[in-house]
Amino acid sequence: MVSAWDYLCSVPDPEIPVVDVVSMGIVREIEESPECVTVTITPTYSGCPAMAEIENSIREALYEAGYSQVEMRTKIAPVWTTDWITDEAREKLRTYGIAPPERRCASVNAKNSVNCTFCGSDKTRLKSEFGSTPCKALRVCQNCLQPFEHFKCI
Amino acid sequence: MKLTKKLSKQVFVYLLRHADDRLVLGHRLSEWCGHAPMMEEDLALANIALDLIGQATLLYKLAAETENCGRTEDDLAFLRDPSEFRNLQLVEQPKGDFAYTIARQFLFDAYDVLFLDELSLSTHPELAGIAAKALKEAQYHLRHTQQWMMRLGDGTVESHRRLQDAVEDIWRFSGELFVPDNFDQTLVAERIGVDLESLRPSWQETVSETFREATLDLPGDEQYFASGSRGGYHTEHLGFLLAEMQVLQRTHPGATW
Repeated sequence: MVSAWDYLCSVPDPEIPVVDVVSMGIVREIEESPECVTVTITPTYSGCPAMAEIENSIREALYEAGYSQVEMRTKIAPVWTTDWITDEAREKLRTYGIAPPERRCASVNAKNSVNCTFCGSDKTRLKSEFGSTPCKALRVCQNCLQPFEHFKCI
Repeated sequence: MKLTKKLSKQVFVYLLRHADDRLVLGHRLSEWCGHAPMMEEDLALANIALDLIGQATLLYKLAAETENCGRTEDDLAFLRDPSEFRNLQLVEQPKGDFAYTIARQFLFDAYDVLFLDELSLSTHPELAGIAAKALKEAQYHLRHTQQWMMRLGDGTVESHRRLQDAVEDIWRFSGELFVPDNFDQTLVAERIGVDLESLRPSWQETVSETFREATLDLPGDEQYFASGSRGGYHTEHLGFLLAEMQVLQRTHPGATW
């Protein structure tokens, strides 16, 4: 049987369309009854401007799938972490050109190596902790000299 | 969380104070957008502003729910007058030069990490959740401003002079961070709010350690310290800031897009 989870697996993240809202860990819970479906989502960052867009896309996808009533809830705790991003989504991020976050990163200070998305070298350095969206940092590869984005570990 | 009528009024004010801090400081940082000394810093300041305004939105939402009078988070942000704002005077000061912005942000971030860490233990579950989320963000904000303190303080003669001047000017607004009033005391007793005085020693340690490494002189504690923000007393700068921030909602009430 196809469930609401399956439909949401095809709802892309508006900022990074190669990954979906389920594999990014944004969808937390789904309660289904014959008529109504309640979806609970969690923001990645407090000020993530994509949340409204994500909510709309989820509604739209579920209405299209035939649900007549969709209720959205937002839940903050437990706090979203990049550890919830699935392995498959990490691989998609890498192919898309964004180095995926390291695992188990309770300590943001941890000196994990981040591999270049172009040449794979682990000799890369942090250029800035802030990038084009709250979730990304800027890095530069010291081997191939290419700048690239890194999905910050939080 | 179910609260008595009296307590829910106090929680409402408490939420407003901390939401106002974030909204006003976020607005000040956003003034750098397109004007920062370099591209990376433009992105950094805009990102930090976005985090702070996002945190403010979450707190205003909770405040509106707590008040339960039909006001929304937007009403709280855009339709209150300066005397109704409860933010610290520290955050409303004009952005000044880059050194001034960094000095103010560093003093705030050093406090914010400690404040949010404590607040995440609040017995108010929604408030604790917002704090735990914001804490992750405050940690990298502090890391960023701390690095700039070192680079500017221990940088050139010019950058050192500018940062030292900034610190001496802004210092008088830092005293209020740790002065609790009746509201704070009630909420500490209810285990909802943070005991501000208990944060002061760790803050002083972070600040003096960073100042030492950045070769900056620590201003003395004998000087005059501003007070009264939490009661609605502000410097003249807040009115101008709100005029700019609120103009659209005031001119076209209820406008959405």
